[in-house]
Amino acid sequence: MKIINETNISFMSKSNNESFARSVVSAFVLQLDPTITELADIKTAVSEAVTNCIVHAYKYEMGTIYITVRIIEGGKIQIKIRDKGCGIENIHEAMEPLFTTMGGERAGLGFAVMQSFMDKIRVNSKVGKGTTITMEKSIIRRAKNNE
Amino acid sequence: MSVKISHENGKITAKLMGEIDHHTAKAMREEIDSEAEKIKPAVLYLDFSEVQFMDSSGIGLVMGRFRQMELLGGKLRVINVPEHLERIMALSGLGALGVLTNEGKVKK
Ligand SMILES: Nc1ncnc2c1ncn2[C@@H]1O[C@H](COP(=O)(O)OP(=O)(O)OP(=O)(O)O)[C@@H](O)[C@H]1O
Ligand SMILES: [Mg+2]
Repeated sequence: MKIINETNISFMSKSNNESFARSVVSAFVLQLDPTITELADIKTAVSEAVTNCIVHAYKYEMGTIYITVRIIEGGKIQIKIRDKGCGIENIHEAMEPLFTTMGGERAGLGFAVMQSFMDKIRVNSKVGKGTTITMEKSIIRRAKNNE
Repeated sequence: MSVKISHENGKITAKLMGEIDHHTAKAMREEIDSEAEKIKPAVLYLDFSEVQFMDSSGIGLVMGRFRQMELLGGKLRVINVPEHLERIMALSGLGALGVLTNEGKVKK
């Protein structure tokens, strides 16, 4: 697995950083010349993971969210989104569609969206320590000027 | 303005504008709810034609308004879902609530 390019960003868990995170990641991914749909899929998945850090991991405090984006040889993109928040007790249960610990305005669909819009997702979490979401997606290679 | 609200004949149309995420959904929700509580409409239309982006917070916004309209004794309808949001709408299971319509589908 050869890393072609990498960026690291970190920011405070403020909700107006949700759109910031989407923009930064998509700007970096642009070098792979993704389709509009591929880019929208990545933005949506990033939005889900970052929102989860803000509303769940750092529910009662302000914390830092860390994102690493890597371009892997062969046109694959890997995105790691990490928090040092409360952690997830039961990952299997958390990933079930419609499962939410928040109710109200939350649909419980964040993980379902990440799973369906990305090729791969891995969740590492420790209660009291934090959570890392690793997602991958291959960007289909196209002839340059054929949109 | 993240939402444009209009009403006639006891029906409200809320046109959502721009990007719907957890941050922007809050203001949208507050504006729609205060109008709905005032008017108590027979139908609340959520118009998605001007939505460029949404994540599951958009689904939560629809589900929350569905519940609120049940409490107010009215109906909720989601209209003008652009093509680029069809997949996330399908994933949401909102179809089963009977709120999605094919009215005036637009290409984006
Ligand atoms: N980073 C995290 N830290 C702690 N708990 C998390 C984290 N991410 C997710 N969770 C837990 O997993 C559950 C499911 O997450 P998911 O994103 O699928 O749904 P949601 O955030 O509750 O609702 P939605 O994403 O539809 O607004 C959450 O309710 C929360 O309990
Ligand atoms: Mg979520």
